[in-house]
Amino acid sequence: MAADKYSMGVDIGSTASKCLILKNGEETVGQSIIASGTGTSGPGRAVAEALGMAGLTMEDISCVTATGYGRNTFSGADYIVSELSAHAIGAYALFPGVRTVIDIGGQDAKAIRVNEQGRMENFIMNDKCAAGTGRFLDVMARVLELDVSELEKRDALAESTVRISSTCTVFAESEVISQLAQNVDINALVAGIHDSVAVRTASLVRRLGLIEPVVMSGGVARNGGVVRALEKELGVSISVSPLNQLGGAFGAAIYGWKKIS
Amino acid sequence: MRELELLKTIAASPKAQLEKTLAEGKKVIGVMPYFCPEELVYAAGMAPFGLWGAEMQANESKRYFPAFICSILHTTLEMGLRGELNALSGIMIPISCDSLKGMGANWQYGVKTVPVINVAYAQNRKIAAGDEFSRSQMMKVKGELEEICGHAITNEDIAAAVAVYNENRAAICAFTEAVGAKPGLISAADRSAAIKAGYFMDRKEHTDLLTALTESINAAPAPVWKGLKVVTTGIIADSPELLKIFDENGIAVVADQIAQESVDARYPTPVTEDPVLGMAQRYGRIEGCSVLYDPVKERGHQLVDIAKANGADGIIWVMTKFCDPEEFDYVPVKRMVDAAGIPLLAIEVDQQMVNFEQARNAVLTFAEMLG
Repeated sequence: MAADKYSMGVDIGSTASKCLILKNGEETVGQSIIASGTGTSGPGRAVAEALGMAGLTMEDISCVTATGYGRNTFSGADYIVSELSAHAIGAYALFPGVRTVIDIGGQDAKAIRVNEQGRMENFIMNDKCAAGTGRFLDVMARVLELDVSELEKRDALAESTVRISSTCTVFAESEVISQLAQNVDINALVAGIHDSVAVRTASLVRRLGLIEPVVMSGGVARNGGVVRALEKELGVSISVSPLNQLGGAFGAAIYGWKKIS
Repeated sequence: MRELELLKTIAASPKAQLEKTLAEGKKVIGVMPYFCPEELVYAAGMAPFGLWGAEMQANESKRYFPAFICSILHTTLEMGLRGELNALSGIMIPISCDSLKGMGANWQYGVKTVPVINVAYAQNRKIAAGDEFSRSQMMKVKGELEEICGHAITNEDIAAAVAVYNENRAAICAFTEAVGAKPGLISAADRSAAIKAGYFMDRKEHTDLLTALTESINAAPAPVWKGLKVVTTGIIADSPELLKIFDENGIAVVADQIAQESVDARYPTPVTEDPVLGMAQRYGRIEGCSVLYDPVKERGHQLVDIAKANGADGIIWVMTKFCDPEEFDYVPVKRMVDAAGIPLLAIEVDQQMVNFEQARNAVLTFAEMLG
């Protein structure tokens, strides 16, 4: 019987480092998310934590694939893959037949078209601007004195929506502060913030051309409020990757596995 | 390839080239994009000096232009305001786009030491009246240049200058064809630099160097190329940092539709009895640039044809940030490219950029998609 082979995917983003280890290209045996991104100790800590969870050492790993904005500075990678390819591969593995993948990360948003064979055939990225990204939500949560993990719950409690008209993060922050000064309902404000992200992201998806089924990956997919708003804006049902924030690392681990097998 | 090294040095140090030209006792006229009648400067015995902006931080220019104006104009005006172009005897500024229309007035107000020569062309450039209008404007430019150089510019001088420029355009076309036929031999950055050098030097010398370089390329064995072949389009694609990303990802530029590179070179001036009319007629023939009136979007057809003729795997649109004509062209031209089944990537660039990470990410993904 052949010995087990392990492939590791390391996704080094702008705000978090993610690591996932696959056994024989199928079973996840280790995973980790550290809330520190490129240029920090985050990548090393994520790798150590995933190895610890799997009960493995680096010597056991057959192949390491790095992705994300910090991919080029990560030493020890056997392969490098863009996070768009990684998220597309990961999403297709979890949802065979997916045609559109939406990935909203810490500092950017992407829409990816996958063909019927699971191959990426087109993509579009947002501008060099934090609007519509995870950073936008971080900034808004801070203004509202909420933890970003509370936004989904607040959104679910909203009975109305306060429209945020500014697309710029800085101006939107001022707008939210003005709304707070007028004692608007915070839940409605949160729903408005999510709608604002959805409008930005939906415009990216429409430029790409919307084809169902649609899957959302990336850290912002954890926020059901954004998913709700995006479904409403696009008029389609969106499946959420159970790995969401780990979607890139998962895809990178599969990418590496395919290279060595 | 000694010629390549020389051309790269010139492209990387236009200021040194300007000083060298001045030391030779020549008057120098700055030439802004697009399609200014440089031949008239050459015919006057003066040296044209291309002004396509610079990779620098613009500060002073923001007193005159809002931030959302392209960096070519911002950084050119910045150099003027800082006094770095005071040695110029004049500057030709056309009115090819809305931003350039304000450039002439801003320059006139802010840089009093260097006189502006406004260059206007006919928008309806495909009709005889358009040629006549463009010719009349060139005659006006000729008059202003005569005042600067202090003597008359004869038709014989202009015809001779047209011949020099036509030879140079042919040399650029031969060079790009040779580079495109052997991907992997000349890097994207070197290809761009070899063409760009021509804007800062005597066109005859540029022709000689480029012709020798083309001969070397033609004589060299073709490398085994397993990478991708792309056609570039846009206004300017000369950032070595950006072009290095192409090389990193195994992408060779096999042809271009870049205003600073082949767009101008594809169209020689027709030889006519009246050389100024010939120059006006040339303007009417140029295709493939967003600042030209192009109601049928010939640019899109041309781009598809170039990509097919060169066996390109895809097209990279090097989008100059805040360039309205480019943004307007993008939608119809992309539709035409999509209809032809050619993958297209647009990357936004700015001469004030110091971090190319987003472009790097996009180019890597594009290469993965095509690979």
